[in-house]
Amino acid sequence: MPLADARARVPELLTVAHDPIADHAWLDRLALGCNRYTPLVALDAPDGLILDIAGAEHLFGDEAGLVADAEMRLARLGMSVRHAFGPTADAARALARYQTRPAPDEAAAVRRLPVAALELAPEATTALVRAGLKSIGDLAGRPMANIAARFGGDATTALRRILGDAPSPLDPRIALPPIAVERRFAEPLGSTAHATKVLAELAAEAIEELGERGKGGRHFRATFFRSDGLARSIDVETGHPTRDAGLVMRLFAERMDSLTDPLDPGFGFDMIRLAVPRLDPLGATQLKLEGGEVRKSIEDGAMNELVDRMTTRLGRRRVQRLRAEDTHIPEQAQLALPAITAPPPMPWPAPEPGEPPARPFHLFDPPQPIEVIAEVPDGPPHRFRWRRAMHAVRRYEGPERIAAEWWRRRDNAGLTRDYYRVEDAQGRRFWLFRHGLYDEKPDPRWYIHGLFA
Amino acid sequence: MRESSPSLAGLRKRVARLAASGGPASLPAEARLTSGHAGFDAALGGGLAKGKTHEFFAADALDATSAAAFAALLALRSDARAPLIWLRTADAARRIGHIYAPGIAELGGSPDRLLIVEVRDAKMLLACANDAARCTGSAAVIIESWGRFPLLDLTAGRRLALGARDAGTTLLMLRLNALPAPSIAETRWSVAAAPSRALAADAPGAPAFDLELLRWRAGPAGGRWRLDWKHDEHAFGEPALSRAVLPLPARRAARPHGAAAA
Repeated sequence: MPLADARARVPELLTVAHDPIADHAWLDRLALGCNRYTPLVALDAPDGLILDIAGAEHLFGDEAGLVADAEMRLARLGMSVRHAFGPTADAARALARYQTRPAPDEAAAVRRLPVAALELAPEATTALVRAGLKSIGDLAGRPMANIAARFGGDATTALRRILGDAPSPLDPRIALPPIAVERRFAEPLGSTAHATKVLAELAAEAIEELGERGKGGRHFRATFFRSDGLARSIDVETGHPTRDAGLVMRLFAERMDSLTDPLDPGFGFDMIRLAVPRLDPLGATQLKLEGGEVRKSIEDGAMNELVDRMTTRLGRRRVQRLRAEDTHIPEQAQLALPAITAPPPMPWPAPEPGEPPARPFHLFDPPQPIEVIAEVPDGPPHRFRWRRAMHAVRRYEGPERIAAEWWRRRDNAGLTRDYYRVEDAQGRRFWLFRHGLYDEKPDPRWYIHGLFA
Repeated sequence: MRESSPSLAGLRKRVARLAASGGPASLPAEARLTSGHAGFDAALGGGLAKGKTHEFFAADALDATSAAAFAALLALRSDARAPLIWLRTADAARRIGHIYAPGIAELGGSPDRLLIVEVRDAKMLLACANDAARCTGSAAVIIESWGRFPLLDLTAGRRLALGARDAGTTLLMLRLNALPAPSIAETRWSVAAAPSRALAADAPGAPAFDLELLRWRAGPAGGRWRLDWKHDEHAFGEPALSRAVLPLPARRAARPHGAAAA
């Protein structure tokens, strides 16, 4: 029914535009909240969640207790839900979505499902029903080879997955962390300060386990589960593996201070979990006492901690190290990488002895357009106007011709640049280029690309 | 006169201790950033003192690159592998460009030592500067700001300087497009680009800097130098032409400076 028809029939109809991105974000938040039941939660977009509760249901008494808890919390968030249990993820999913009649056990329930539960193409489903195969049970009695020949390989794969004959792997939203410690509270914690204290205890436990394994953590994730079913995760990363609980807590404090929307306890946190998703080997350390090594290792530690703290406060992209890239396109010759994950340095091109620097100290990216007056069209600049100021060129060197990377592009497109190093009367040195040769482009533009020391 | 009470004597001792704590406690007296130019270093008693704050003002907005390069080269000359922390605001890349590592490599510096921290605003710049100043093990911390920096008043400056003194960190305040103002800096410089010595075919030569010492806590201010950067020797040096032949440009002579203000 078109919207106009519906409005004509029910004038007071309330309409909301479909927003799939917001729906997905909400499903994602619900999935994070469901991490309280099991670490393995997979999204079944657009409107489903699959939880692997193997070995986790006893924490809530039994399966029914777990479901009651989940339904209570989701109902509080205004969600009406349908659930089903199954021996495999696909069976549970099909049961939750297509089960209409009750059955004595799970296997029988699966066999009573309609063939639509296979979610084949509409024509294939219709053909199955016309052939008299109305339920999964009907289909399961037939030889697989015949089904495959008539309805394709997808039909047999879907059938075997629902029946549990083929594995139906779960793609969890968050991978199972190697180390996770958690604490549940009978009475929800109402203040963030208390939650931070509990987090510090959890950090000490996780660090102890890291020590037993001879590992150090590179990434710590604290998840605060609110009693209303939502959860909030806070991540911190370190540049080097660490087993220093104090450092981890300082990073968490730094991160919580810099959150744009602060951690909100709402009706209280009833569970806090600390996971260590990334571990690296870390042997026991001993300070060397001779030869100034102590001072150096302390300084290295202080510097690493500074990098971690600034990264936590400002974000990964804001604390950078520069790495060389093998290209002659000037703006691509350096990569600014996050300092905590930057690879070891590669050598930079060595300067030419006795020559002034050929590359600027500061680089504009993108280059800034300038107006240039040249004595001859393809000659060096004579005067140029940049940021509303005129500069007379006193000295120049060039052109240094840099071609586009034609081997990277199928259409060989890209203009050649002619770079000039120029100096004005006051001694300021600029890096200018003409974008395009005169036989490539009728009226090439000029740009300033950098400033020399 | 005899000390009338032990508490007075205690106070006197405390004052004496506070007064003595002006110098860097953990650093040897000769720890200095040297330029490699004998006359320049000698005039400053061996170079710029480490563990202190030094301010570099660009003489003009267009001299920003010269000021930045001078500060960076001074820091990169020292201490072969200690990192150089460079704090700048996110809009600096738009104003004077990204710090370009191939250019630093061409000047003979090692770009791998740079740790660049981009912050949102001046408030965060100051907060990160305080953290960086208290971190031992850096060659220097360059704090780049554009325009007025009202947050950096005498109190904030003193706090920075105390942190730097305790950790032995050298702070190089890079003040671009700003006028010199009173501060707690050990030295204050005005840096400008100078015409280079032309190479064959009138090509621009090695980087040249005009320096003016606006203020120096430990001695007389007002010195002027013109230095060339010689990347083969990894040092600043005398420009090829003497100063008599190459007069200073008139625009700088006419400018009043706030050297006396502090």
